[in-house]
Amino acid sequence: MGLGSLASRTLKSSRILSSQYSRFRPIVTKPGLQSPDASSAAAAAQPEPTPPPPKKPVGGARVEFTNPDDALEVFVDGFPVKIPKGMTVLQACEIAGVDIPRFCYHSRLSIAGNCRMCLVEVEKSPKPVASCAMPALPGMKIKTDTPLAKKAREGVMEFLLMNHPLDCPICDQGGECDLQDQSMAFGSDRGRFTEMKRSVVDKNLGPLVKTVMTRCIQCTRCVRFATEVAGVQDLGMLGRGSGEEIGTYVEKLMTSELSGNVIDICPVGALTSKPFAFKARNWELKGTETIDVTDAVGSNIRIDSRGPEVMRIIPRLNEDINEEWISDKTRFCYDGLKRQRLNDPMIRDANGRFKAVSWRDALAIVAEVALKVKPEEIVGVAGKLSDAESMMALKDLLNNMGSNNVWCEGTGTSPNADLRYRYLMNSSIAGLEKADVFLLVGTQPRVEAAMVNARIRKTVRASNAKVGYIGPPTDFNYDCQHLGTGPQTILEIAEGRHPFSSAISNAKNPAIIVGAGLFERDDKDAIFAAVEAIAKKGKVIRPDWNGFNVLLLNASQAAALDLGLVPESSNSIESAKFLYLMGADDVNLDKVPADAFVVYQGHHGDRSVYRANVILPSAAFSEKEGTYENTEGCTQQTLPAVPTVGDARDDWKIIRALSEVAGIRLPYDTLGAIRSRMSTVAPNLVHTDEIEPAAFGPSLSPECTQKVESTPFKAAVENFYMTDAITRASKIMAQCSAMLVKK
Amino acid sequence: MLARLASQRFLEIRQAFRQSSQAYRSFSTALNYHLDTPDNKPDLPWEFSEANKAKVKEILSHYPSNYKQSAVIPLLDLAQQQHGGWLPVSAMNAVAKVIEVAPIRVYEVATFYSMFNRSKVGKYHLLVCGTTPCMIRGSREIEEALLSHLGVKRNEVTSDGLFSVGEMECMGCCVNAPMITVADYSNGSEGYTYNYFEDVTPKRVVEIVEMLRRGEKPPHGTQNPKRIKCGPEGGNTTLLTDPKPPPCRDLDAC
Repeated sequence: MGLGSLASRTLKSSRILSSQYSRFRPIVTKPGLQSPDASSAAAAAQPEPTPPPPKKPVGGARVEFTNPDDALEVFVDGFPVKIPKGMTVLQACEIAGVDIPRFCYHSRLSIAGNCRMCLVEVEKSPKPVASCAMPALPGMKIKTDTPLAKKAREGVMEFLLMNHPLDCPICDQGGECDLQDQSMAFGSDRGRFTEMKRSVVDKNLGPLVKTVMTRCIQCTRCVRFATEVAGVQDLGMLGRGSGEEIGTYVEKLMTSELSGNVIDICPVGALTSKPFAFKARNWELKGTETIDVTDAVGSNIRIDSRGPEVMRIIPRLNEDINEEWISDKTRFCYDGLKRQRLNDPMIRDANGRFKAVSWRDALAIVAEVALKVKPEEIVGVAGKLSDAESMMALKDLLNNMGSNNVWCEGTGTSPNADLRYRYLMNSSIAGLEKADVFLLVGTQPRVEAAMVNARIRKTVRASNAKVGYIGPPTDFNYDCQHLGTGPQTILEIAEGRHPFSSAISNAKNPAIIVGAGLFERDDKDAIFAAVEAIAKKGKVIRPDWNGFNVLLLNASQAAALDLGLVPESSNSIESAKFLYLMGADDVNLDKVPADAFVVYQGHHGDRSVYRANVILPSAAFSEKEGTYENTEGCTQQTLPAVPTVGDARDDWKIIRALSEVAGIRLPYDTLGAIRSRMSTVAPNLVHTDEIEPAAFGPSLSPECTQKVESTPFKAAVENFYMTDAITRASKIMAQCSAMLVKK
Repeated sequence: MLARLASQRFLEIRQAFRQSSQAYRSFSTALNYHLDTPDNKPDLPWEFSEANKAKVKEILSHYPSNYKQSAVIPLLDLAQQQHGGWLPVSAMNAVAKVIEVAPIRVYEVATFYSMFNRSKVGKYHLLVCGTTPCMIRGSREIEEALLSHLGVKRNEVTSDGLFSVGEMECMGCCVNAPMITVADYSNGSEGYTYNYFEDVTPKRVVEIVEMLRRGEKPPHGTQNPKRIKCGPEGGNTTLLTDPKPPPCRDLDAC
């Protein structure tokens, strides 16, 4: 106590500090401080003040005026802004660049208006107005920085904090908590609450979402998300007043595939990520913007890593593909990246056990065998998670060795890559919102591509679109007619015998979504011909709207077909003597001859490793820079978030090294060089974030003489949570698969 | 000495906490989440009785056919009467099926209103009004008398399953305070009555309980023989004549 005052006295008398202060403290005069006649003379002499520069919207957002004639003008804090009709006061302020605090409002959910944090003052209104709910009327004068608005915010914040527990040190949301940030920016510095705080029992929502319901501020964002976006009505607000609890009433786990998004949506730490609980604070994480590869959607994600470890995956905004959501598989597969990793090249010795060797030896053995084998016995299979660069390198290498039997798993035994419209989602994922009738053929979007399903649900909710489904019985989170189970139904609709065909012909923008699971069928050409017949009759493919869509299953299929990974013969595996599996774990290896030499290049010790003779470790998607094309044809790139494991290398670099050792050197050494090689084959693969639409339509498709078989369609994805090497190695996915999959 | 004062103070604080938590607990009849018990589980079957199915149809006819959801409160009330005064989870699920909504929406409504009992109540559910006008006229003594006579705590059912006591908000009989109301669930939904017993005294309230126990129907309304409805003892002193007509029939003219 005594020392402190001594210190301050010495500081005050210190000449150095006072000189510093006098040096940096500017002396200004204001017009009001000067004498009256001097100030009026100054005012008269001043020129007209220049108008303030136009304000930029919050976050650099773009404003879309659907009807430019319908624009209104309102005044936000004195600044005029033009807004489209139908916007709320909060949205008008966002356009004007003023960020209004809010808890319950979310731009993608319905308006609740129950948190009252967005109160602003509007002229001629007796009370402050909830800006998230009040429509902006022309000429409204909105004031967000007046004492009334500030007092309202401080008051609301005080009420919210009254029953909120003092959990910040142990709460996972600390550092990225809306309540913390807004109370720092808009709350008062002291509270007046001296009573007992209420506490609430925690609810069990499953292995993914951790609940500490005492922290809940009853904003109902999670309830609205579950009802509207996810389509499962499980959560509700039970009780009333300060005893309100968010819960499921009966003990019910959140089985929706979008359940992880409530973690992002919850503004406080009531709903957090259970696998990520207590692992890291958000400020120690490095975020890398990359792309998800667990399905064909290519959702934009941000991988948060701390050092060499991926700590969590959160979504990035991409209006065209995944909006702000990601599926549970995308979000929680990251712990599979830490298990079952291949980190050293291995060779199977005579006893059948693997021995770790150096790269030099491994590549030498592989090259030796490859050169001894006849060209038509060399087969290469690219995996589900392969990037375009490595597939290009694999094809180049095998072609240079004389073989033309390279394909990507999932594209079937005889893929046809001639016409792009036959394997892409031609209306694009965002374009599905314009459709008013959907025909789902052999595809269950909920488990195959959860974000496409979310988009279909959004369309069905917004415009009451009709959905017809042909396939095995599954449950949908929107109203869907089950038309049939097999190809016969497609023929009926094509010939107009089915009641649904009238729905298609009367629709303005019909969309047909064919599942890529049909690629595996023998009668796939006939099925596609029948679907194209439906498309022709229903005018599905027009210059202004192309509703013929194929929903792919893997992240690598589109790029593989664009690069031409089409095998010469459909049963080359049975006569293969040298099989190069690049991350291919779902290939049926039963037919591989016993003396074939199998090389497995991948990052996880999954199924194919058991048959491999040589293992070459490669990098996973989070550790390499690769190009992936999603099901709509949009090329995106991943970025390395963490360093790779052990001695693993990038896929294409391994193949380049192998080519060098084998004497058939491939002509590229750098990423740029292999990308320019890719651009000679498929130029769209170097135009990132752009969709290259399919050039030709069904007018060029060949005649089909095949007949459809009557076997009903099978489900392409058996278990949503375990589809590829990374998810099969993940403990969280195993828990989800055990607890959340409906038996 | 300081230690003794400190420990005394500590005990006082603990007692204060205990009291407040007790008062807090008794304000709701049940929890806002469901716990399975042998007679309250989601897989126990429950449906409306035949007579009630007709009533359900009649209730649904009051609302537009695309807004069946609006019928949730009367249907829950009917289900509660049928099940003897409380709503098991399976009844709420059955109501959800009738009005074609997800069950959670029905749970939300049932937990919002305190008159929907989600845990067992007695065949005669006695509700004592505890709001200010009744309180200053002695409702706390009424409640004391009931609880000590029946030997239960608030919201607890007697061992014979006949009576339970709860607190209720103001029921509008402040002129006849203190009062209790008896929700009679002994005859299912056909014999359901909800009658007020006003101007009660601790002695009278025990008499009423014993009459109910014997199966008699005590006269409801004011229990003060000298009063007629809400008039004072000895008859009305005002409002003795017909009401005066308005000054002129044509209100626009005057």
